[in-house]
Amino acid sequence: MGNKWMRGWPPLAVIALCAAAWEAAVRLFAIEPYILPSPSAIVREAMQPNVWPRLEMHTLATVWRTLTGLALGVLAGTLLAAVIHLVPGARRAAAPLLVLSQTVPYIVLVPLLLIWLGFGDEPKIVLIMLVCFFPVTVAMLTGLRECDPALRGYLAMIGADRWTIFAKLELPNAVPYLFSGFRIAAAYSVTTTVAAEWFGGGSGLGYYIKLSYSGFQTGRVFAGTIIIIAFSMLMFGLAALIERLVVRWKPEAERRGGHGAGA
Amino acid sequence: MAPALEVRDVVKRYGDKEVLAGVSLTVEDGEFVSLIGPSGSGKSTLLKVIGGLEPAEQGEIRIDGRRAEGRRGLIAYMPQQASLLPWRTVAGNIELALGIAGVPRGEAKRLAREWLGRVGLADYADAWPHTLSGGMQQRVSFIRALLSPQKLMCLDEPFGALDALTRQHMQEWLLSMWEANRRAVLLVTHSIEEALLLSDRIVVLSARPASVLRELAVPFGRPRSAKLWKTPEFAELRDAIYDLLKPAAAGGSDGA
Repeated sequence: MGNKWMRGWPPLAVIALCAAAWEAAVRLFAIEPYILPSPSAIVREAMQPNVWPRLEMHTLATVWRTLTGLALGVLAGTLLAAVIHLVPGARRAAAPLLVLSQTVPYIVLVPLLLIWLGFGDEPKIVLIMLVCFFPVTVAMLTGLRECDPALRGYLAMIGADRWTIFAKLELPNAVPYLFSGFRIAAAYSVTTTVAAEWFGGGSGLGYYIKLSYSGFQTGRVFAGTIIIIAFSMLMFGLAALIERLVVRWKPEAERRGGHGAGA
Repeated sequence: MAPALEVRDVVKRYGDKEVLAGVSLTVEDGEFVSLIGPSGSGKSTLLKVIGGLEPAEQGEIRIDGRRAEGRRGLIAYMPQQASLLPWRTVAGNIELALGIAGVPRGEAKRLAREWLGRVGLADYADAWPHTLSGGMQQRVSFIRALLSPQKLMCLDEPFGALDALTRQHMQEWLLSMWEANRRAVLLVTHSIEEALLLSDRIVVLSARPASVLRELAVPFGRPRSAKLWKTPEFAELRDAIYDLLKPAAAGGSDGA
């Protein structure tokens, strides 16, 4: 535990230092609050009785959408990877389509999804799924394929069938890869939700920020943004925590080295 | 009684390269046979044919009297790398292999615990494989093969990846294990000493394309010990096999 604090305090100190410099600069140069509010002004604004309950409500809406979209996206990405892996020839057929799906700018998808699915939660959740499935599918496909050839050879030699090799070798091998995809998806999911809320609907931090921005309530824009950042980091940490709990078999050193994006 | 393994005139080609040029050998029930040959001579290919992973162009494989070409799961197998799944405990790895071989789950659990205890690894039953040393991992890999119900065990250079000292200890350990639990064993190795110490019979393969150069019975009685190394007969046999395996005696490396 003590060790964690030792590693945790330098970034925290840097953040505190930046906030202090920000505060000092705003006061020193007497910057108007609608251009750049100081950190203390942001906190004061957020704590106002007509602001805080609304921030809470919109945060809850964003959290719920993000978690739903992320869960469905990860599920879809995992299943898709398994199907592509198990159906002979599907990998080659699907690879260009997968990449193509990512070249469509998702801003363009928003109005289309609104036309098709209305102004409720559905288009937003579908958008989050579309953004989240890709890193999961790609990472998972790599994990399913890149098993130790010695293990593959051994299992074939003792007569394991296709299903056993999938369930006992390929799937467990893919789990750490799945988590590196999951961490990226978790980070994407929050920004996607906020963007989707910006474009339509009447709830969520994206909507609230847009509203505050139109009313020159810069303090509230910052308050919403800070909550989004905190939520994103929480999601990233949550993904890392789940990974630690699930992948217990790895050597300590390898685990810290990890796959993909390490925090 | 049918031999545990009968390989007759097996020919195997990759494209137009002949790897096995009519190899024949048998392993009787309860017999320890070593297959020795220069590296790249097709020993591992022969094992893959026996294991049913690779088809042969010609010839016959019988395991326990039944035709076995292209059929998998008829042999117990110990590969060069311990090949323990890193996400399963030591006992879990043994149980998985026994499960694939058709041993009921409860029985597999009991056998794994019992035998880990017997080879001094009781404390490691619930450990992750990476916490074990190379020699310990190979002991797990061996009992995993030993406990599999198939009649024939194929060991593919099981100590090839170990350091010299561990390798020698493991050979002595395997000798005592096998003498206490006689099974039909086909051991692939390129160590002449290892083959002499462990086997009843040695089959010497030529360089590629592989054919049987010679088959010789190992005249030492059992139980054996590592002291065998120092006897003049051992040295004599070792030199004889060594001469057989000299590149000049084996001919060119390629060409049919």
